[in-house]
Amino acid sequence: MAKKLLISLFTIFIALVVMFLIIQSMPGDPVDIMATDIMKRENVQYQIAYDRAKAILNYDPEMPMGQRFANYVKGIVSGNMGISMTYQKSVVSVVGGALPWTLLVVSMSLLISFTVGILLGIYIAWKRSKILNSVLIGYQSIFGAIPNYVIGYLLVFFFSVTLGAFPARGAYSTSVTPGFNGAFIADVMHHAFLPVFTYFLTTVAGWVLSMKANSLSVLGEDYITYAQVRGLPKRRILVTYLSKNAILPLVTSLAVSFGLLFGGSPLIENMFFYPGVGYYLNKAIASRDYPLMQGMFLIIIVMVVASSLVAEFLYKYLNPRLRES
Amino acid sequence: MKKNTANAAPAYLKSNGVKAFFVSIWRNSMSRVGLIILILFLLMAVLGPIFLEVPKADYLGRLQGPSSEHWLGTDYAGKDTLIQLILGAKDVLLVAFYAGVISISIACFVGIISGLLGGKIDAFLMLITNVVVTIPSFPVTMVLSMVISVSNPLMFGMVLSIQSWAGLAKAIRSQVLIIKNRDFIEASRILGISNFNIIVNDVIPNIISYIAVNLISMMKEAIMAAVGLMYLGLVPFQGNHWGMMIQLSLTTSGAMMGSGAIMYFLSPVVCIVLFQLGCYLFATGLDEALNPRLRS
Repeated sequence: MAKKLLISLFTIFIALVVMFLIIQSMPGDPVDIMATDIMKRENVQYQIAYDRAKAILNYDPEMPMGQRFANYVKGIVSGNMGISMTYQKSVVSVVGGALPWTLLVVSMSLLISFTVGILLGIYIAWKRSKILNSVLIGYQSIFGAIPNYVIGYLLVFFFSVTLGAFPARGAYSTSVTPGFNGAFIADVMHHAFLPVFTYFLTTVAGWVLSMKANSLSVLGEDYITYAQVRGLPKRRILVTYLSKNAILPLVTSLAVSFGLLFGGSPLIENMFFYPGVGYYLNKAIASRDYPLMQGMFLIIIVMVVASSLVAEFLYKYLNPRLRES
Repeated sequence: MKKNTANAAPAYLKSNGVKAFFVSIWRNSMSRVGLIILILFLLMAVLGPIFLEVPKADYLGRLQGPSSEHWLGTDYAGKDTLIQLILGAKDVLLVAFYAGVISISIACFVGIISGLLGGKIDAFLMLITNVVVTIPSFPVTMVLSMVISVSNPLMFGMVLSIQSWAGLAKAIRSQVLIIKNRDFIEASRILGISNFNIIVNDVIPNIISYIAVNLISMMKEAIMAAVGLMYLGLVPFQGNHWGMMIQLSLTTSGAMMGSGAIMYFLSPVVCIVLFQLGCYLFATGLDEALNPRLRS
């Protein structure tokens, strides 16, 4: 476990180095771009603007490479990632504002597709349903081949443009006051429907398929045959013998695909204008907003690394066979 | 391993040449359909640029529906959609092919060396691989595409394969670990055959079908990632790539808001789906075709 933790920290460190090197080799001098921007906006001399840009970006082109990297890491560890150029707010606050939205959509879609996938998978394996099985394979080969944002567009076309039933962009309407009240929560759910549904449509078949495969291999085990021979009620075999053992390996994939969805969030969030980390990452790249880009990139990496660590831990914890070692 | 083939099998199954490969693919109805789809796309990519010219803009006839003159209608600048689609096939296939081949090569190199040699080299290579696996690929590719100016298919393929090799390298390593202690490798070891020869003559033939199936799925993923990057507008790639068509149809013609560009949007999407489907179907028979032990 300690080794895993070390590797995770090392991974985050490598990601930091990569990010640093990328910013180093960006075409154009970010300090200069920002200084020119400040100069125009606030009507000050170039030198003053340049100094301020250096302070805001936490980046000084004249410093030696090693010191620059040390400064950069120090800034991140102390929670000071600079100020976003486009939003004129500290990067930490932008990240803090974006993270909950991505977490909401990703965990909701994961929960729904996982639950539906498991139930359907067990059902198909238990009943040995040939019809459902071929429907499943057909569904997977079509929906597995369409990029998820294209499905998102089709949903927008159908639900928003044609039916007008669900909003196509944003996380909540301007008419409701954010806070813990019924109207706001209902509005947020209303807005989250299309992104969640898009994720659901594209990921559910994968869960069904792996659950079906797991269940089938568990059904072939001796202890199931023995339980049947002993004359245990079907319900008992289904719940305690089959489900428990077949779901176990999927819990790891749950954490892994949480990371995957998180990393893939730029595409879906961009198409729904959903203000999560992926949306801001894309915004930051498009407008060359280096501090914001760093912040969003870092939070995505940290979330993905953390979820793979959780996967590792859960698997050890849930599987009694591995607990002793 | 070839000696194990069932004696009762027909003559063509015993040979191990190109012909036997295609016969085996053809006998499986799913992979037959896949092969036909892939050949059609290949023909599009090879013959398209020879017979067709890049269409010129014609702003009077923009966003037309299908007609006898323009089978799939025209785009926002009045260019013929079908011609663009055919011309785009070349870049799509090239990008996917380069990405697939590059990532497979790195994966094989790392996986085989790591699995066969073991020890410190294994530990070091696996550390790197684990780090690369954990870092989410799409954001990294997004950020990288800013620094590296993607100007040709080879470059694009390289950017896409920067990360995709890692997962496969781990899988190949475990495949190598399985066959590492088999008799025929032990025998080669005892005979004093060099590691290089063991890799080329003993290891690779045993995992070739695994590699081929993965090459296909790598290409599938590369197309998805390429189209995704283009859709976000991060790759200023010149050419008629289908991803570019999707992006243009959504950004410049409002395809989803009920304008006439729906055909312009749907045609590349349908082509991508068909291509992916072709890859998937083809791959189902690939394992059998490359592995003589499975033919019976």
